[in-house]
Amino acid sequence: MLWRRPWARATLLLTPPLAWFLLLYVAALVVLLITAFWQINPFTTNIEQTFSLNNFSTILSSPAYRGIIGRTVGMAAAVTVTDAVVAFPFAYYMARIAAPRTRTALFVAILLPLWASYLAKVYSWLLIFTKGGVLDSVLNVHLIYTSWAVYVVFCYLWLPFMIIPVYAALERIPPSQIEASQDLGARTWRTTRSVLLPLALPGVVAGSIFTFSLTLGDYITPLLVGGTSATFMGNIIYSNIGVANNVPFAAAMAMFPIVIMAGYLLGARALGAFEEV
Amino acid sequence: MKRTSGRSRPIRRPATIAIGFAALAVLAACSSGGSSSAGGGATGNGATANGGGAVPGQTVPTANLPVLQKVGKGEGQLNLIAWEGYLDPKWVKPFEQQTGCQVNAKYAGSSDEMVSLMKNGGGGQYDMVSSSGDADLRILYAGDAHPVNINLIPSWKDFFPAFQSPPFNTINGVHYGVSLQWGPNVLMYNTKDFSSAPTSWDVIYDSKYKGEVTVPDNPIQIADAAVYLKKHQPSLGITDPYELTQPQFQAAVSLLAKQKPLIEKYWSLASQEIFDFKNGNATVGAGWPYQVSTLKAANFPIGTTIPSEGATGWADTWMLAAKAPHPNCSYLWMQYISTPKVQALQAVTYGETPDNKLACPEMDKLQAGSCDLYHANAPQSYFDSISLWKTPLATCDDGKNNCVPYAQWVSAWNTQVK
Repeated sequence: MLWRRPWARATLLLTPPLAWFLLLYVAALVVLLITAFWQINPFTTNIEQTFSLNNFSTILSSPAYRGIIGRTVGMAAAVTVTDAVVAFPFAYYMARIAAPRTRTALFVAILLPLWASYLAKVYSWLLIFTKGGVLDSVLNVHLIYTSWAVYVVFCYLWLPFMIIPVYAALERIPPSQIEASQDLGARTWRTTRSVLLPLALPGVVAGSIFTFSLTLGDYITPLLVGGTSATFMGNIIYSNIGVANNVPFAAAMAMFPIVIMAGYLLGARALGAFEEV
Repeated sequence: MKRTSGRSRPIRRPATIAIGFAALAVLAACSSGGSSSAGGGATGNGATANGGGAVPGQTVPTANLPVLQKVGKGEGQLNLIAWEGYLDPKWVKPFEQQTGCQVNAKYAGSSDEMVSLMKNGGGGQYDMVSSSGDADLRILYAGDAHPVNINLIPSWKDFFPAFQSPPFNTINGVHYGVSLQWGPNVLMYNTKDFSSAPTSWDVIYDSKYKGEVTVPDNPIQIADAAVYLKKHQPSLGITDPYELTQPQFQAAVSLLAKQKPLIEKYWSLASQEIFDFKNGNATVGAGWPYQVSTLKAANFPIGTTIPSEGATGWADTWMLAAKAPHPNCSYLWMQYISTPKVQALQAVTYGETPDNKLACPEMDKLQAGSCDLYHANAPQSYFDSISLWKTPLATCDDGKNNCVPYAQWVSAWNTQVK
C-alpha cells in the first residue's frame, strides 16, 4: 500500500511539480542559453543556427552596452538601498510599536497598491511629474523624463516587497534579547546596531532580492517616465524580441541579469536570507 | 462621418526600428571579418540600378511562380496580417457581405513582427500582409511573397503613378502586391509658441528650443537628419537619405547627437507624443498626421507643416503570401481595397493619404476638407518632397558597395545618438 512506502508517496507527490519545473522552467532557460549563441540574418531576420560568441562580444566590447548594464545595476542598487532605508523604520514601527489595529491598517496600506494595475501606477506618476503636474505647480520641481523620475517610481513600486520581509524578520526577534541588551547597559543606538540590525539583516537581504531583481528586469517604467538616456537591460531585451525579432541577441542580453542575479542570490544565501523567504 | 481620427496606432512605426538592433551581432562579425556582406548577402556590385527595388546580386526566389489568370469564386475565408486599425469593420463588413470571404485579422505591432509572421510564405496560414516599405523587400527576398497579376485589379490604373509599380513592392516588373496608403512624417508645433509656421526643420536642431523638442525613438530618424543635411550641407552630396556613404552617415549621426540635449523625450508610442504636446513637455517635434488629427480633434492648438527640406514618409502595401491558402479571396480583397470609396474611408479613418487619385472627392464626402488635410490632391511636387522609407542596404542604387546598411543605423542610433 502507498502509505507503507514513504518513498512511493514522495515520488507520487513530487513528480508532477518537478516535471513541471524541469520541462517549463529549466528547459526554457536552456533553450534561451543555446539561442544566445545563434545569429540572425540581418536582411531576412531568419535565425541562423551556427555557434558563435558574437552576441556576447558585441555586448561586452561596446561601451554603450556596458554602460547600459552598469546603469541598470546601479539603478537596482540605488533602489534597493533606498527601499531598505525607508522600509526599516516603517517595519520596525509595525512590528514592535504599533497597536494591533494600527498594524492592520498599515498592512492594508502597504498591500493595497499591489492590487492596482502596474500601468495605472506608473501613469499616475507621469501625471505627477509632467509639466503643470503636482510636483511642477506646487514645488516647481521638474522631474519628468529624467533618471530621477525612474528612480522615484521604482522605489515606490517595489517598497512593499521590502517592508514585508523586514517586518517578518523584526517581528521574530524575541523581546527578551532587546531587554537583555538594555539591561547590559546598551543605549538605543547600540542596541539597534548590535542586536536589531544583525537579526533583521536576513529580512533586509530577502527584501533586497525582490527590489533588486524587479528593477533589473523592468523596462516599462523607463520607457514611460525615463528621459533620453533611460535605456536599461530590459529595454534592450524588449526591443530585440518584441520589435527587432532578434531573439539570439536578446537571449544573450538576458543572460546578463541572470548571471548577476545568480551572484546576488549566492551572496544573499551567505547572509542567511533564505531563512526569511 | 465625423472627425474619427483613427484607432489607436500602437507601437507601430517606431517599432519598425528594429531589424537592425539585432543585427548588431552580425555587424560585429562583418566589421571584424573584413568582407562586408550586410544586407543579406547583397554583395554583387556589378549589377546595375535596374529600377524597382531590385537589390543587385539578389533574386526574388518566387519571381517565376505562375500568377492567377482569372479571379474565381471566393474560398470563404481570408487571413490577413495588418496594422491595428487597418481592418476596421467599416470597410471589412461590406467586403464580407459582397464576397462571402470571412476576414480573419491578425494584428502585428511592428514591421519585424510582420516579417516573421510571413516566414515560410505565410506558413500556408496567412494570405496577405499590410507591410510597410521598410519590411517589403525583406519579405520579398526571403521568398515569402507571391507574384500578383496586377491586371486583375481594375482600380490599380487609377493609382498615382508613383504607387503603381513602386520599388518596394515591384521588382523587375513583377508585382508582389498592391499599394495601399502612404503618409509623411511631419513637423508638428504648438501654435501658441510659434506665431507662424516654421519653414525649416531648423527648429528641431535649434538650441533655442532646448527641452521642448520630441522626435521618434527610431533609427530611421537618421534619414530625417540626412534630408535636412541634403539641403543645408550640399557639399556632402547626399542624393537619397536611405543610401548614405560613411561620411554622409557620420554627418547625419553627429547632427542627431548634437540634437540630443535639446530633446526631452524620444517618443516610442504615438500616445506619448500626444501626451507630451498636451502637457507642454514638448512644443515642437516630428510626428505623424495621426497625432496631428488626434490633437486637433481635442481642440489643441497644434500646427503641422512639411518644411522646405522635405520629409520622410511611409508607404504600405497589401502583399500576397507565397503560400496564400485563399488566392481568390485575396484578389477580391485587393480589388476592393483599391477602390476610391474604400481608399477614402481608410484614409479618413486612419489619417493617411490614399494611393488612388479618385479617392479625393470621396474623402470630402466623408469629412469636408479631409482631402486637403491629408494631401490626397497634392501636386507631384508634394510627393517628390517626401522620401519614402526603405531598408538601407550596403549596396547603393548605383551598384557600388559603399552605403551604410541598416544594422549600422541601429547600432549608431543606440550607441552614438542616444
